[in-house]
Amino acid sequence: MFGLKSDWSLDIKTRYFALGDYAGGEARWCPGCGDHGVLTVVQRICRDKQVPPEKTVAVSGIGCSSRLPHYMGTYGFHGLHGRALPIACGIKSRRPELDIWVATGDGDCYSIGAGHWIHAVRYNMNMTVLVFDNSVYGLTKKQTSPTTPIGYKTNTHPEGAVLEAHNPLTTTLGIANVSFVAQTVDWNPNHLYATIKAAHDHKGFSLVNIIQRCPVFLPNFFQGHQDDPGRILLLTHENGIPLEEKFTKLFPTQQEHDPINMVDAYDIASKREPLPIGLLYRNTEVPCYEELSSVGKDMGMEEKLAGIEKAYDQFAI
Amino acid sequence: MGNPISRQEINEHIVEIVSDSGEGAQKAGQTFGTISAKMGNGVWTVEIIPAEIKPPARSPAGASGIRIRLGSQYMTNMGDAADVVVALNEQVLYSRIATYAYKKGTVILLESKWLTDPNPEIVEQYKTALQEFRDNGLIVHEVQMEEECLKLTPKPRLGKNMFVLGMLCHIYDRDVEKAYHEIKNTFIHKGTKVIELNQQLFQAGYDFAENNLEFHYNVPPWRTEDSEEKMIVTSGNQAVGLGVMASGMDMVAMYPITPATSASHYLAEVYHMVGGFIHQAEDEIAAAGFAIGSSFAGKTACTITSGPGLALKTELLALAVMAEVPLVVCVVQRGGPSTGLPTKVEQGDLLASLYGEPGDAPKIVIAAATIEECLHFVIMARKLAEAFRTPVILLTDANLATGVQPYPRPEAKAEWLASPIDQSEWTKGMPAFDWDEKTGLSTRPIVGQVDGQYVLTGLAHTQKSKVAYDRESNQRGCDMRSRKLATLSSTLKPPKINGEAEGDLLVIGWGSTLGAIEEAVGKLQAKDYKVSSIHLRFLSPLEPGLKDIFAKFTNVLTIEINYSDKADAPFITPENRRYSQLATILRAQTLVDIDCWSNVYGQPMQPGLIYEELQSRLNQGEA
Repeated sequence: MFGLKSDWSLDIKTRYFALGDYAGGEARWCPGCGDHGVLTVVQRICRDKQVPPEKTVAVSGIGCSSRLPHYMGTYGFHGLHGRALPIACGIKSRRPELDIWVATGDGDCYSIGAGHWIHAVRYNMNMTVLVFDNSVYGLTKKQTSPTTPIGYKTNTHPEGAVLEAHNPLTTTLGIANVSFVAQTVDWNPNHLYATIKAAHDHKGFSLVNIIQRCPVFLPNFFQGHQDDPGRILLLTHENGIPLEEKFTKLFPTQQEHDPINMVDAYDIASKREPLPIGLLYRNTEVPCYEELSSVGKDMGMEEKLAGIEKAYDQFAI
Repeated sequence: MGNPISRQEINEHIVEIVSDSGEGAQKAGQTFGTISAKMGNGVWTVEIIPAEIKPPARSPAGASGIRIRLGSQYMTNMGDAADVVVALNEQVLYSRIATYAYKKGTVILLESKWLTDPNPEIVEQYKTALQEFRDNGLIVHEVQMEEECLKLTPKPRLGKNMFVLGMLCHIYDRDVEKAYHEIKNTFIHKGTKVIELNQQLFQAGYDFAENNLEFHYNVPPWRTEDSEEKMIVTSGNQAVGLGVMASGMDMVAMYPITPATSASHYLAEVYHMVGGFIHQAEDEIAAAGFAIGSSFAGKTACTITSGPGLALKTELLALAVMAEVPLVVCVVQRGGPSTGLPTKVEQGDLLASLYGEPGDAPKIVIAAATIEECLHFVIMARKLAEAFRTPVILLTDANLATGVQPYPRPEAKAEWLASPIDQSEWTKGMPAFDWDEKTGLSTRPIVGQVDGQYVLTGLAHTQKSKVAYDRESNQRGCDMRSRKLATLSSTLKPPKINGEAEGDLLVIGWGSTLGAIEEAVGKLQAKDYKVSSIHLRFLSPLEPGLKDIFAKFTNVLTIEINYSDKADAPFITPENRRYSQLATILRAQTLVDIDCWSNVYGQPMQPGLIYEELQSRLNQGEA
């Protein structure tokens, strides 16, 4: 009765997944595109956490970002313009055990899919949502996106974008049930990995806005930020993105920010210069919609048949 | 009480209760219908729904209420003009008169309290209306309903409906025990006091009719009360909800839209009993996306909507066709185009269902013709969706949705339920679309199946679901998806002919017009007219053998509730005439010169109108 049980044994993993198990087709993004780096990070996290590829679904909408599922070795759903989130939520609704990644972009998520974005935050279903925010429509060749800075010339606004750019961070922070909002940059693999990993670890809807370079339509747009780390505001905190000191000391501009502090989060998010990166907000107490939507998913045949009979009884004459 | 009542035996009657919204007319009518069904009568009830949420009191636009058709045979439709009407004010009757709901001789029991209203304008309106109604041949009896109810309750507006129910139950010799039982059930959650008050109001109405009204009827039952066959009585939308449960689909994603929403209201109450979940999405598009996501993950889902919602779901429907995702879309049709006639009936979404998407998007489209079929067709739709790996659109309409009818209680069958998700290992190397060349069918990998990993895409793709823009891949994908419809068609039987297999005229219908068409055609057949009818349930693919059936008739005519140009309208020629929707499809598919007779009045087809139209065509020999 005391001591170890006789059948005590090591839990030996019968399957080990290597990076290659998460690799799909060869990525066809332009050379120098930030999407490559994000893909690598996602595959590494899957490998590091040993998530079975068949239990993983990469969901996307339309745009350069949304090609990501094709380059994964998992199940994938390359859907429609702006509709990645309802589909991802639907997948999760009755299969809460599945690991869901969503790849979307500034146009896909913040423009044509804006309504779904707002509501998906409210549902707070456990999934990792990567917004590849390159401030331009790439796949359709350089049209103004919701995050294109005012005055920037595009094919739809040759005299320069006419509207103030949308701030997806403050918007997301303002939505009921928001539970995880972070921002990172594609050109810093350490921060990118740590941020996306923290998002994936979070139980709930974790949105990561990835500031991203488009070498074709916005060449050198973020060169200044790349060259001068002082133009980046690194958010640090013991509850924030875990980073090694050898990394953090490279950033002269830092702010310690407790990610449960919504007021400060909003304040930081509303500034673009220096560009904040790190964890803006995390709340682990927000309920996930799949806790409601999956109720009854394992009900047995007998109980279901009894339920149907009971329903008929209510109308019996 | 008084002398024994002499009752006139009748075969059937149409009864209406009409009032302002919120006066409980529908509750009284539903109870009356239920009591009648329990007594073995054939019953069809349909709600009269005002066009506005809060219409002004005493206005024609505010007419709210219910029609109950009861008789000594199985009832399949709402019939023609009403026989007996109870009206709680005179103004609401105007809108019913405008839709030809009444005839000369219709008996109106009219609340008379307006005659003594303190507002002289109302008194004047009442007097004027009374005169007009009588001049037009309506038989109006003034009844002091308010005054009678005031004897029992200080708030007669809330209880008057039970007084009305009492009057009707005496007029039609309904079983009082059953009425008491129904009233108790209705107010079960409101306590004994409320139940007793409502039963007293019922009794007051019953006694009033006994002592003051001189017309009393007997409607013999068509089935005996102790009949072996068990029945249930539901609306079409409730039947859809029951079908969802009986089919084993455990997820419905929807967005509120009239007249579809009550199906979801019903499911919201009971779905948990079978472990199901109803998701109210942020919009129609998201509802379709959510359902498709669930289906992709192995839990075939359903979305319930109406015309404007179908329009919004178009792009996702095309994706489901392209990527071969099973999905059930229930479309409760209302009047269109645009927001059209939200509460009224039309069969206007057939072509949109078939051809709404850009490109070639073959999918299965079926239409329920009865309330009972609303239930069974949801089950069929899920099975077809999974077997053929495709979306299935099930068309019903506002007439079926709000109509209430008894029908045989279905069994709860294990084989009707969805099978558990297949998580067995996928045959390694088998592509995601392992199309059978002959049938276009293929087995679908489900998330969780080891080695089944693929990326679903709406882009043109190969068998392995790899994006491919080459000539052959797109042609092949389109061939395979289309082939599935031909495969299904090869398993269908030709439609059953109602009547002789040859004659002067063949009438073709689909959807909720079945009862009205067969009633009219039956009456003509009884008068030796050579007319028959068929009613299509499958619209895509069509049921086979139609051309052979058509060939045996001199003329072929569709009857539909959707728009068509009248043949003699200005500038209309045979070349530019726009035919009703089924006629358009049948003409294209069979090359038979099919005519159509249709309207967009927003009303269910009335058997009397169909009868007149067909008779005049048959008499003119031009059918």
